[in-house]
Parts: sequence; structure tokens; C-alpha cells
Amino acid sequence: MSITKVTQHPTQNEALIFERSQTGRVGYRLPQLDVEETPADDLMPAEFRRTDDLEGVPEVSEVDVIRHFTRMSTWNFSIDLGMYPLGSCTMKYNSRLNEKVARIAGFLNHHPLAPEDESQGGLELMYRLQEDLAEITGLPGVTLQPAAGAHGEMTGVMIIRAVLDKREGEASKQRRVMLVPDSAHGTNPASAKLAGFTVKTIRSTPDGFTDMDHLYELCGEGGIAGLMLTNPSTVGIFEKNIREICDAIHDAGGLVYMDGANMNALVGVARPGDMGVDVIHLNLHKTFSTPHGGGGPGCGPCCCTVELEPFLPTPKVVRENGGYRLEYDRPDSIGRVKAFFGNFGMMVRALAYIQTHGDTGLREATEAAVLNARYIAHYLEKDFEKPFEADTMHEVILSHKKQARKGVHTLDIGKRLIDYGFHPMTVYFPLIVDGAMLIEPTESVGRQELDAFVDAMKSIAKETVEDPDLVINAPHTTRIGRLDEATAARKPVLRWSPDMESTAKSA
Amino acid sequence: MSNIPDNLKYSKDHEWLNVEGDTATLGITDYAQEALGDVVYVELPNEGENFNAHDAFGSVESVKAVSEIFTPVAGEVIETNEDLNDTPEVVNDDPYGDGWMVKIKMDNSGEADALLSAEEYAEFLESEEE
Amino acid sequence: MRYIPNSKEEQSEMLGAIGLASADELFRSIPEDVLLARKLEVTRPLAENEVITSMETFAAKNEAAVKTSFLGGGVYSHFSPTVVDHLIQRSEFFTSYTPYQPEVTQGTLQYIFEFQTLVCQLTGMEVANASMYDGSTAMAEAFLMAHRVTRRDKVLVAETVHPEYLEVAETYTQHGEMQLETIGFDHETGCVATEGLAKIDKDTAALVIQSPNFFGCVERLNDLADMAHEAGALLIVVVTEAVSFGMLKSPGECGADIVVAEGQSFGVPMSFGGPHVGMFACRQKYVRQMPGRLAGVAYDKDGNRGFVLTLATREQHIRRDKATSNICTNQGLIALAATIYMETMGRRGLQEVAYHNAQKAAYAAKRIAELDGFSIAFSAPFFNEFVVTAPSPAKDILRRLSSEKDILGGIALSGYYKGRENDFLVCVTETNTREQIDKLVAALG
Repeated sequence: MSITKVTQHPTQNEALIFERSQTGRVGYRLPQLDVEETPADDLMPAEFRRTDDLEGVPEVSEVDVIRHFTRMSTWNFSIDLGMYPLGSCTMKYNSRLNEKVARIAGFLNHHPLAPEDESQGGLELMYRLQEDLAEITGLPGVTLQPAAGAHGEMTGVMIIRAVLDKREGEASKQRRVMLVPDSAHGTNPASAKLAGFTVKTIRSTPDGFTDMDHLYELCGEGGIAGLMLTNPSTVGIFEKNIREICDAIHDAGGLVYMDGANMNALVGVARPGDMGVDVIHLNLHKTFSTPHGGGGPGCGPCCCTVELEPFLPTPKVVRENGGYRLEYDRPDSIGRVKAFFGNFGMMVRALAYIQTHGDTGLREATEAAVLNARYIAHYLEKDFEKPFEADTMHEVILSHKKQARKGVHTLDIGKRLIDYGFHPMTVYFPLIVDGAMLIEPTESVGRQELDAFVDAMKSIAKETVEDPDLVINAPHTTRIGRLDEATAARKPVLRWSPDMESTAKSA
Repeated sequence: MSNIPDNLKYSKDHEWLNVEGDTATLGITDYAQEALGDVVYVELPNEGENFNAHDAFGSVESVKAVSEIFTPVAGEVIETNEDLNDTPEVVNDDPYGDGWMVKIKMDNSGEADALLSAEEYAEFLESEEE
Repeated sequence: MRYIPNSKEEQSEMLGAIGLASADELFRSIPEDVLLARKLEVTRPLAENEVITSMETFAAKNEAAVKTSFLGGGVYSHFSPTVVDHLIQRSEFFTSYTPYQPEVTQGTLQYIFEFQTLVCQLTGMEVANASMYDGSTAMAEAFLMAHRVTRRDKVLVAETVHPEYLEVAETYTQHGEMQLETIGFDHETGCVATEGLAKIDKDTAALVIQSPNFFGCVERLNDLADMAHEAGALLIVVVTEAVSFGMLKSPGECGADIVVAEGQSFGVPMSFGGPHVGMFACRQKYVRQMPGRLAGVAYDKDGNRGFVLTLATREQHIRRDKATSNICTNQGLIALAATIYMETMGRRGLQEVAYHNAQKAAYAAKRIAELDGFSIAFSAPFFNEFVVTAPSPAKDILRRLSSEKDILGGIALSGYYKGRENDFLVCVTETNTREQIDKLVAALG
């Protein structure tokens, strides 16, 4: 008897819901309508009503829905399944306790426009989180309004713009240059542009630090509005000249914005406010463990110095006479960046994270995160090129330099990791390292799993020499192989339609 | 080694020009298409638009990169290759033929003389490689 | 710390293995003068039950959360089927990252594709993205997009767009070339004032209309689309109450070029204002000017169908300061919740729940209008929200309703519009029973 692969396996072939739909199926029941019905035309004149009867919207039962999403879920890798070493993303454990407390009815069922004196719990929680983030960053002015990291960046650079406009009036027009290192996230220049700045790129030195000579040269050219700096940088090393960098920018009349993407290397160990940074954004979905959710929701608070506090978005939670209220009268504010007060549900989770760790635990987490990255760096630096000498903080950067000679590139190594049960590392970022592999284990990985990861990487390095095609054609264990992204982009099919398959295949 | 036809002129931004009278047909070189990878979209100007030499007149996109295309000569766009809307991949398959991008009526046809010859472009590529 | 797998002993061994004597040595590369030489001044570590108690104490102080509510204004109380919250709590969904590696994120990519399709179906548009932070930021991004598409600078916004949305758009556009101008409303109908529409001209990038608008009034989108298009401008339609899609003619059918919506009504808790989810849809011809992520169909070499993030060259990680937006990701898990809601309710349920909302609101409006001194402020048709004009200041009435009857009767308009001291916005959804409505009417009377 021979065993053949069953290609019709239902959990591997879950169709789109639209393909599953059967006329007449229902997955809901509403209570009986308990008011006298108004005739349809009096309720809503016909000219305003839909006439398409929502054709195409699926009709499915509750069981269909459960199976549909459960099956699809099994096609995802997740933190709960194993190590997710995406550099710069801080894929740490998302506590179930945080999920539980965020779902307390008094939070979930609370309307943002309810009277302030009946919303004291929500406001107090936000205030407490503001206080804790101020202490952690050493920057006392805090807004929780931004919805994500890039949103926090935009808020931060707009604050810089507002400060300069207020300080210099018309002359501020001469100050429109935002310096951004060549190693920065793409969101940095994109955010700077929204604040009306033009971007000048600062080079990195061959050993991975900001090029001080180039910095001074650019500052000398004048017009400096500020600097957007990630620290530890995107190559995972601490900017040893951080004080000098901040001084240079301040001397040039600019302000320093720090991208807080890598705060998981610093919490409880060093504070941006003590380094000379003026404003920072935090990613609660990285450092403070609110779930990434497959791409959101995030939460990107901004913390700033006392001098910049008046420019924070409106409204702001303040304490007054033992109670809490929303302050709207903020004449210097950059304005509102989001309806209501931000992603409150994420704030609940972040505060629960801080409470659970406490003063000692926050530092322990940082130590464990850095130790884990250092451990990986130590055991992999012989098999893979490690482009920078400096001590690794919470993430380590390697490159494909040795493997590329065999025709195996970063992407291949990442895809092959899937076959070993790990999510790929961040690939091809930052751009300053050719074939970059950015590995961030976080504190949520134990020694055995780190060892398994190291072994997997060493094994892939060996395969590169012995059987490069094995790596180049990876992954071999997933439901689908590598997808043809070029054809997908040439003839994009972005929604289901009954003839979708033929359209996509004709491309 | 990439293909560099002898009869064309080249720019250091990796565009080629085929000059006939005061009209120049323009595209990207074999080297450029190879470096970009699978081309998925070509953004071209409207006919009638005018450009100065070294202006960006459009862009070429691969899956994960986008590059601006510059005209090395000043002039008016008199024709664009509309086939690229549906089949951008011909830029990869036939960069010097069906993958052409625009035809420009040059303000000064002498401008093209200053561009690189095939031999010079080949040398330039070699120096870039180093 | 119970979230850190390694014991103290294991950590010591690991330190030893890499040649370090103590954890402090991990931070040798940080200059001493920026090291924090003390403990952080935050709480001591709390036990699990202590955290729960702490959080329950906060929640208990949200007194409004347990009251009978008729609050709307951009955030709505709707019933969410049990399956929604159950499914979004699956590890594979909520502890995964943005789907950059399609082989191990097909679950996420496929539901994003379904979300995009459903948003297209409801809005009547040709293409929709993977979601935005919320309705307000989606609207601001739509302004920037209209500017890119038309290369015009002026955006005309109806005053009846959600006031907080307008504030967000002002923040987003304050440093570019764009100017925002508002158009007033007709005090009889509650809809956009026709005389204001004369401001549409050859510099206008877009006309922006919310429907149902902040007063709950349904706008004549067909006519507005024609007026915008005649001047070469786009029509941007904003929807804050997504349940209305189940009854009202779609903005796409009415001629909209870009539709942005808040999706909170689709199974997402109010949660004191967030996280919610923004929907963003437009005409196919503008797809390359869209902000945000897009999932599309792709095949592997064996012909298996899958999904990938596509058209990424619009985005910040490639185009940097020339990107269509600085947005990095979407609102993944909340978009999932909305997707599950839309599919569970389905073709019939989305229409039925819309019908219930409209019927209950009509009943409430009729009963309130019968009260002495009370009237419905505007004549235009409304969906599930309407403005009541009271015989005395609305703020006082609402405060009394809350303190004496535990009813949140609505939102006073005086905070948003001048000369509307006696007006308040009432929202009635399928979650409000007739008994609650009758209680509200009795308390007002």
C-alpha cells in the first residue's frame, strides 16, 4: 500500500468565504423588533436605499465562520508557537492577563464621549500610564494619542516643527532640514515630510555608528530643524556619541527626535531624557508587549521635555483637585492627531505589563533581551558575517556575505528557517548592510530554544555549502511555496469577484 | 556581461537613446533592467509634456524597488509606449526593442552627441563594478 | 519574572558562556553618564490577582459604562456575536506580525483579502486597502490622496463632518500646500448648504461629505458627486456609522471617488475610543495613489493560490519621503474583528440589523417629538441618529438624566456648534430596547 499526499485536505484548502457562501445560510439571530414598524418609505425614502440587496456578500452559518477562520489561522506562524526573531519588531510574549483585563466590561462598554466625571477610571488609567512612561523615558510630557509608531513619529516631528515656528516665527522657514541616518526606518523620512521638512541623510561609519564628521558638516550647512535618531540604532548597537550628537544638533538650533523602536534594549537601564533627546515615540506594541495582531492595532505615545509639553496634541489628560480631566485649551498644541484619545485598549494592556514587571522586572526583561541577542551573536559570528564589531544590544545584525558566494541570499536563509520551525528574521533591513539579517530574540525565549535556533542557522550555513538548492527553494514544509509576487503586482487582483481566478491567471 | 548595442547612445543613469534626426527614442539599459529585477510597473509622462535635460520623467517599479527614469536630453514627449501599461515585463525581456519608453522631440539634437558611446558605457559599467 | 523563561541560574550560565561576569556588563557600550544608576520609580511587581484588582478598580470608576446609553457621534453600541471575540483571541491571529513572509502568514493575508472585498461590496467601490488606524486618520489620508490625484490644493469640507475628524485633517494638512475650507449646513434640513457648494472651483481637489452626517442626516450624494465632478474635483464620502451600509445606497453607486469609514460598528467594542478600524476605498484608477497596505492574489510555482502584500512601491519602506503615506501597517486584528462580524451577519444580517436600527430610531424620534417643547431639529431623513431640540439647555437636561435616571441621553451639540445650546444628538441602535426608549422619553418629559 502506498501513502499519497491528500491534496483535498479541507484544512489546507479553505476557500474564500465568498466561494463558501450558500444562499439562505445564516449565522446570526436578532431579537424580535419590539417597536411598531414605520413603513419603509417613511423610514427612508427609496432614492436613498440600497437596491443591490448586498449581492456578493456571503451567506454562511456560525459553524462555517468558526471553521473558516480556525482553518486559516493554522496557516499563520505566531509568537505562541515559537521564536519570532524579527529584528526591530520586538515579538515578545503577549500576556493573557493583559488580554483579560483589557476586556473588563467597564473598559469595553465605555463611550469616549461619556461625561468626564463619569469616565474617571479611564482617565486615571491614562494618567498613570503617562506618569510611568515619563519615568521610563526621563521625558515628562506625554501624549497617548498616536495610534502607532509611524503616527507617533509624525506627532513628534510636528511638535518639533511647532516649537521652531513659535520660537523663530517667519525665520523658521529657513529651518526645514531634518537629518535622518541612512540606517533609519522608511517611516522616518515619510513622517518628516508630513511636517514640511526636507530630509538630508547622514552617513554611518564602517563600524556602524553615526558619522560625526558628516553630522558636523551637515550642521554647518545650516537650516537644521532636527535629527531623527534610532538608539540603539537599527543595526542593534548603542550610539556611543549620543550626548555629543544631541549637543551638535542643539548647537545648530535643532531638536532631537528619537525613534523608540528599540527601547526594549534600554528600559530600566538608560533613559533618552538623560541623553539629551527632546522627544521620543514609544511602540507599546513592541516594548510594552501589546499584541501585534497581524499588523495592528498599535499605540505610539510621544514623550517630550517640559519645554515641548505645551505642543503635545489636544486633548491631554491632566490631574486636577484629586480628579482627572481632559485639557482642551492648549493654544500651542499641534492639534489633534486622532479622534478621541488614542487606542485605549492598548494602554490598559501596557499598564498591566508595567504593573506585572514592576521596578525590578522591567530591568530584568531588558537584561534578558540583551543577553539573548548577545548569546546568538556569540555563537553565530563564525558562520555568518557580523558586519559590526560593537557589542550587540537587543538585536544582532548578520549578513549573507559568506553564503552569497554560493548563490544563497538572505531571503533564502530566512525562508529555510521556516522549515526549522522558526519565523524568518527581518531581511534586507537596514539598507546599509548588504543582505542584512536582523535577529531580535526578545526576552521571551529560553536557552534551549536559543540553542535550537543557533543550531538551525549553523545547519543552514552548512547546507549552503553542501546543497545550496535546498536553501534556495525553501520553504519545503508549508502549504504553499514562494509566491510569484511580480505577476501579482503587474496585474493586481485585490478583491474577490466570481471571475477572479481567470483574471489572475491570465496575467 | 550585459548587452550594449553599438548603435545607441547611453547615459550614466543607465538610459539608452536612439537618435533619428531630432527625435530620440529612450529606454533603460539591459544592465538597469537586470539590476531592478522583475519590472511590474512603468510610470510614463503624458504626451506633450516638456522636460529639461536630467529631469525625471517617469519611474520603473519592481516588486520591492522603484527607480526614477531621467531624460539626458531636453525636449517634448511626442509618444509613449502604452503597451507597457499591460506588459511591463517586456522591459526585462527586450529593453532595447519593445521595452522602449518614450520618444522625445529634442530641443537641441546636438545634446545627444555628448552622451556615452557603447564602448564608453561599457567602461563606465566596469568602473562602477569596482 | 514569570514572562522570562530562563532562570537566574540559566542566565548566569549564559553570561559565563559568552564571557561576561554579570548582567551589568551587557551594557558596557552605553556611556556611564547616561546609565540610570537607580531603580525606576514605578510600582513594585504585582501578582496576577493584584493587577486584576487594580484594573477592576479603574474600570469601576467608569460610571458611565453601565448606564443606559443613547450616545453615538462616531462610536456606537452594537451587539457583537460571540464568535468575533473568540476568534480574534486565537494565538495565530493576535500574536503574529504583519504578513511580510507570505508562506507563514496566509491566514492573515486571506482575511485581509476578504476584508478588502467586503469593504468594496459595502461601499460600492472598486478597490479597498487593508485598513487604516481609524475613520479620522483615514479621512485625513484621503485629503492628501485627493491632492496627489488632482494636483489641486483646496479641500471643501462640510461642517457636518465629525468635528474631531476635521481637527485631525487640519493637523495632517497644516504643513503642506493644502487649504481646508468648510461649508455650512442648511438649518432646516440639516444637510450641506447649497449656497456653500458654489465654492467648488478649478482649484478644488475634493468635496468632502459625511453621510449620515454628524447630525444623523442622510445627504443627497448623487447631486453632490455631479457638482464635484463638473469642476474636476473628487467626491470623498465619510461614513462613521458603518451599519448604515446595510440600508443606504452605497457611496460608490452615488458617484463617490474615495470612501472612508469607521468600522467600529462592526463587532468592535467602544473601548473608550479605541482601538477601532478605518476603512479606505477608492476607484481602481487611483489605486497607485492609495495609502496603506494591499493584499492581492498570487500563485506559487505549483499553481497553488495564495495572497501577498502587493503594490508595495507606494509605501514608506521603499519610497521613503516620496511615499503615499507614512503609515507602516494597518489595524490588523480590528480589521479581522470587522471581517468576522460582516461574514457572520452576512448578506441578510447586515441588512436586518440596519433595518432594526432605523426602526428603533424612528420610534424614538416620533415619541420624543410628541413631548411638549421638544422637536426634531432637522427635516432630512436620518438613519439611527437624530438631533433633538429641547426647551432648555441640553447640557442641563443630559446631566439630570444621567444623575437621576442613569440614562446617557445623548451628546450636547453646544460643544461643537454655536447657537445650538438646546440641541442634542440621540443615537438608537438595535441594542436599545423599547423599554429603554420609553424610559428616555418619560425622563425627558
